[in-house]
Amino acid sequence: MNRLLPLLVAVPLCGAAVLVVLGRLVTRRVAEALGAFFAAATAALAVTLLTGPGPREEWVGGWRPHHGESVGIVLDGERTGVGLAALVSVLVVASLGFAWRYFEEPPHRQAGTFPALVLLFQAGMCGFCVTGDLFNAFVFFELMGVVAYALTGYRVEEARAVQGALTFGVLNSLAAYVALLGIGLLYARTGQLGMRQIGRALDRGGPPDALVLAAFVLVVTGMLVKAAAVPFHFWLPDAHAVAPSPVCMLLSGVMVELGVYGVWRLHTTVFAGPGGVPAEAVQRALVTLGVLTALAGALFCWLQRHIKRLLAFSTVAHTGLFLTGVGLSRTEGAGGVAVYVVAHAGVKAALFACAGILLDRFGSVDEYALRDRARHAPRFVGLLFALAALALAGLPPFGTSLGKSVIEESGGTALTVVLVGVSAVTGGAVLRVAGRVFFGLGPRQRRPEGENPADTTSGEDEHPETGRRLGRAPLTIQTVPALLLLGALLTGCVPAFYEAVARAPEGGPHLPPPVHWTSSGVVLGLLSTALALALAARAVLHPVAPGGRTWTGPLRRLQSGHIGDYVAWLLAGAALLTALTLPGTLTG
Amino acid sequence: MDVLPYLAAVWIFLVGCYGLATSRNLIHAVGCLGVCQSSTYVLLLAVGYRDGATAPVFADLRPGSRPVVDPVVQALALTDVVVGATVTALLLALVVQIAKRHGTVDPDELSELRG
Repeated sequence: MNRLLPLLVAVPLCGAAVLVVLGRLVTRRVAEALGAFFAAATAALAVTLLTGPGPREEWVGGWRPHHGESVGIVLDGERTGVGLAALVSVLVVASLGFAWRYFEEPPHRQAGTFPALVLLFQAGMCGFCVTGDLFNAFVFFELMGVVAYALTGYRVEEARAVQGALTFGVLNSLAAYVALLGIGLLYARTGQLGMRQIGRALDRGGPPDALVLAAFVLVVTGMLVKAAAVPFHFWLPDAHAVAPSPVCMLLSGVMVELGVYGVWRLHTTVFAGPGGVPAEAVQRALVTLGVLTALAGALFCWLQRHIKRLLAFSTVAHTGLFLTGVGLSRTEGAGGVAVYVVAHAGVKAALFACAGILLDRFGSVDEYALRDRARHAPRFVGLLFALAALALAGLPPFGTSLGKSVIEESGGTALTVVLVGVSAVTGGAVLRVAGRVFFGLGPRQRRPEGENPADTTSGEDEHPETGRRLGRAPLTIQTVPALLLLGALLTGCVPAFYEAVARAPEGGPHLPPPVHWTSSGVVLGLLSTALALALAARAVLHPVAPGGRTWTGPLRRLQSGHIGDYVAWLLAGAALLTALTLPGTLTG
Repeated sequence: MDVLPYLAAVWIFLVGCYGLATSRNLIHAVGCLGVCQSSTYVLLLAVGYRDGATAPVFADLRPGSRPVVDPVVQALALTDVVVGATVTALLLALVVQIAKRHGTVDPDELSELRG
């Protein structure tokens, strides 16, 4: 069965090649159907592999290790990776479904461009999920990165889109090179490239020294940039705010989470043993950065008026929560994180889909500008948007709530406060948008809230991605977010499903304990939802008076949109990570 | 001699980052990214280097007769070069589009995305 593992990468790659060749000959409808077919076939394959038996290691081309040494490439089909590949593939199908006849007519004889790029993106992400080889992790990291830059700048005539794509590209490629430096150091020390093989070789070498620590910091920095942890997160809002909505669904829904997965993978395979980095040091680093990320993401999320940017910052906040969960322990928190990631993917993709519908209908994603046109807002989409906001806030029985409660249980009181607060603020910010934009609540507000206009990004004067403004959203475009939200709901409702998801992180020393609803989890979920509603109601009914929020100005200027600043932050972040992991690593 | 290539790799990487952080021209910034990447070539080749060894081509060489350098890092460096070429090409294409849409390639003048 595990012989089929390479097909997870090969099928979408072949699909992309077929589309490039046939795209010149066939109509747009055929090209898009072909793209969806290849994506769905990969999804089916991933699900089959997930339910199939082990053992799950596959040496590509039969280049197995001899006497513990190997030049072959290993794929690791453990449940986490294959499960994530399944999630990626399902979301790609949803994204292609949303993009069905979505963009304005593509250039003549290039009907397959968009689905081909999305399939390449899928191949990169699936490859990153199942690779057991550290160098190939770098290659797939870059492959998904390059396609993501191209997809972000897909509408090349948009000034903002190309700027966001370039920032995204420079920062993520730099991160990949940082990671590669670390991989080079690990290879120099161990002579291995397989993650488990490196881990075993490090353990044979005794306690960690400066080189192991340097390699850890370098590789993890690379992954944290992809995961958009503070202070590596600056590229994410700039990219997610400008990418086409079907692409945002994938970027926010799964690609960023793959960075967290990369950190977890390194933590549990390469640096897990006595020769790696001690668990306490990793925990200190990940929980500190995770909490910082969650708080910063929530704050910036609340301050946005550009709806897609607001959603992007909520992704930053939630990734911070995932990082915290991963850092807490190798297994107990990990089951909760798995459920949270799956449900969050559905919710966030649905939210971006709804934002895309707004953009195509009104040519704007600005909270204030859209308030004036709320009478024309589509009610069904508004309902979905509000429901997704509640799910983001942690309303039971959505899967987000279940995942959050599991992390809370393994985290203690202080972290519970952070989790409840962050989900309430992000959920509240999205609810505030829903109330203003879709239901026309609260007073009209033409001026931005007392901020220097130069420090903010407004969502006005955007161009509809469909080329012309949508009168009534087509059925496919409305169905996709509804289905995604249903998926997030079922993740929390179907015990068989969430138990299977929570068992997925199997890389640690023990299997994660079973996940279930607890009364405290439900109460905390209801509490964060109530807080979110209260925050949203207060913001809608009593907007901040002009000049009332001057203290946020200096903070917002940090998000300067300048590549040089972001690179400097990346180096500062790597130094911070070193400082956090250093104590207890070299002496112990 | 032993640590020199590693120090060189670190130096090249930091010089590239300095260039990126202070760049006043996006084409220059993409070039600096290439400089950062060059540090990975230097590091990888330094890892595989052995004193007095020859290229690992066994056409005219009996296996085991003399030391050879590590062929794996060369494969890695080559893959790295291919990845770098793709990234550079795409980023330069984006810079061309930025020049068309914004009328400038100075990152200080790109002020659309803030806050």
